[in-house]
Amino acid sequence: MDQVSPPPPLEEAGWGEGCVPPGSAAVRTPPPNLGPLRGPSPQGEGENPAVAAAPPEPPPRRSPLSLFRSAGLRFAAVYALLLAASAAALAMFLWWSTAGLLDRQTEAAIHADAQGLSERWAEGGLPALVLTIEDRLAGNVDDDAIYLLVDPMMRRVAGNLERWPAVVHQAGLWYELPVRRAGITSLARLQRYDLPNGFHLLIGRDVQVRAQLRTLLTDALLWALVIVGAMATAGALLVRSLFRRTLANVSATASAIAAGDFAQRVKLSGRGDEFDQLAETINDMLDRIGRLMDGVRQVSNAIAHDLRTPITRARTRLEDAALHAQSPEELRAAIERATADLDGIVAVFQALLRIAEIEAGSRRSAFARFDLAPSLADVAELYGAVAEDRQVALDVEAPDQVPAYGDRDLVQQAVANLVDNAVKFSPPGGQVRLRATATAAGVEIVVADQGPGIPASDRTRATERFFRGEAARSTPGAGLGLALVQAVAQLHQGTLRLDDAAPGLRAVLTLPAPEEARG
Amino acid sequence: MRILVVEDDKDVAGFVVRGLKEAGHVVEHADNGRDGLFLAASESFDAVILDRMLPGGIDGLKILETLRGQKNHVPVLILSALAEVDERVKGLKAGGDDYLTKPFAFAELLARVEALARRGKSEGPLTKLVVEDLELDLLSRQVKRASQKIDLQPREFRLLEYLMRHAGQVVTRTMLLEGVWDYHFDPQTNVIDVHVSRLRQKVDKPFPVPLIQTVRNAGYMLRAEPV
Repeated sequence: MDQVSPPPPLEEAGWGEGCVPPGSAAVRTPPPNLGPLRGPSPQGEGENPAVAAAPPEPPPRRSPLSLFRSAGLRFAAVYALLLAASAAALAMFLWWSTAGLLDRQTEAAIHADAQGLSERWAEGGLPALVLTIEDRLAGNVDDDAIYLLVDPMMRRVAGNLERWPAVVHQAGLWYELPVRRAGITSLARLQRYDLPNGFHLLIGRDVQVRAQLRTLLTDALLWALVIVGAMATAGALLVRSLFRRTLANVSATASAIAAGDFAQRVKLSGRGDEFDQLAETINDMLDRIGRLMDGVRQVSNAIAHDLRTPITRARTRLEDAALHAQSPEELRAAIERATADLDGIVAVFQALLRIAEIEAGSRRSAFARFDLAPSLADVAELYGAVAEDRQVALDVEAPDQVPAYGDRDLVQQAVANLVDNAVKFSPPGGQVRLRATATAAGVEIVVADQGPGIPASDRTRATERFFRGEAARSTPGAGLGLALVQAVAQLHQGTLRLDDAAPGLRAVLTLPAPEEARG
Repeated sequence: MRILVVEDDKDVAGFVVRGLKEAGHVVEHADNGRDGLFLAASESFDAVILDRMLPGGIDGLKILETLRGQKNHVPVLILSALAEVDERVKGLKAGGDDYLTKPFAFAELLARVEALARRGKSEGPLTKLVVEDLELDLLSRQVKRASQKIDLQPREFRLLEYLMRHAGQVVTRTMLLEGVWDYHFDPQTNVIDVHVSRLRQKVDKPFPVPLIQTVRNAGYMLRAEPV
């Protein structure tokens, strides 16, 4: 019983407050600015076991204030609050339907008595009233009725009480006090009625048994409160540890990654629940970040190594000219060559940026349906002249319409890059075939040449930035063409496949149709 | 022509201003957005070269939007280090007429600015382009030189049309790629040169005076006198 706060009396009104550990549990949830109010002192010690138990738990490096920002604790608090609130509601209902009901019955009976007696008084006056009281006392089997009729001098006229209790001095109020009746003191619930001619009537019921029952009930409910408090605490701790345990996995992975171990992934419990879904999403995200980081690393390495050559060349030209140029013309020529070198470097940067831009995927918002056939014709037309110049036949094989979905400009650029490569590596008299087929699954674009091809061992690396095969060493280019095609394919969720055309290279670019078209 | 250069980088601005003056233009220069907007709005220019990222609280796009909001239709070439497609689209949407990314070749800038300034002056729709003895009829799509009919492929026709519309001006390879083929990327190989040389075979070869001139380090120009 000492668990309950002392100040509110254990009455009906007090009960409501006394049984609300949640009220104090709720103290843990409010916004942090209420923080200073908290702490050990003002809320009282024993009142709420949940609060008392929680503070020793905080992780060591956190301040007491930040403890209340812990989501685990918040969930625990909500759990405790809910449990306590439902327990309180239940207790209140129980009280209302038992002890409260008894009280109300007593009061109703007294009212009924008073009604009857006042009728008797009105009919037969004092004698009738006295007679009725005696009748009723005689017929009261339960021996719980209390009547007392007194004259204006407060002397007993009829009834089973010896004296008028001094405290009962006002009509219309309920009194509950010990009375002495037939030598026994017991608890009675009384009401005073003032009669004409200065007579007073006291009607009541002996509620000794009911009071005992009520005390019993109060005790039981208070103990229940203690149990609820304990259960709320235990449950809250359980909820919190559950919460922590579920998060620990994610948290540990995140910390490991923050510490530099990027290979870590969140472990799946295998239950396929919400936490597994979260873990999968996080792992997917980490994979994507990993790929992007690899890309960035690859690019920065490439920039460091592969751009060094043209930069060195430009620098050498300039320095050489500064040191050895004999005439203004020589100097001018050297500067022009160096400028051309720098333009080449800029072009490489632009290509790199473009690939990065494509890989970032922001252009996916510009996707639309388009007819690939005119784009292919344009590319063929653009490179046809070059091919012819090199005595290479450029044959196009495509239906009148090739419905595709994506970014028209990018796809066209990808095809242009493939054709550019094919024409570049074709021997004189060779043939380049550009073929497009449209299927339900999407579009397949094949560009085949009769050049040296790419050895199988190099094919996977051929789409890396700056990769240049043995055969490509002597041709101009920076090794970014296929990387761009690959990026475009990935942006469209398609693929770029490099095959052996025996002889030559066959590049197959597939662009899937949009989801809804595939059905 | 009177050209306004709004550019905060001293070296770039000095280079551009000097080059434009050498090409015979009158040049005003503003090195911040506020002055740039003031000049562009209060004086009359044939073209404006506008940097995007400017000090002074007003950036290039803001200037452009303000000018267009005042119904000022001076041709504007945006010159910017912001090279992404989205940025380019943003610049053109704000009212820019052309977009050139840094670093740039001066010849490219000059060719584009002159093309822009000239375009602003063109009067009414043309039906026929004439340069020396070369005639291109836009309605019947026929080309004649010295009264002799020349047969051209559709793309060759468009290439010649572009050159003739910019007759007497330098036209760069990128301009041709964008204007004739609608390609907005670098095709790596010298595809344009091959197409121009094919056009030459038909338009210049049979005649005593060549009209399509190669401008070293820049591009091409259509006119009778060699460059």
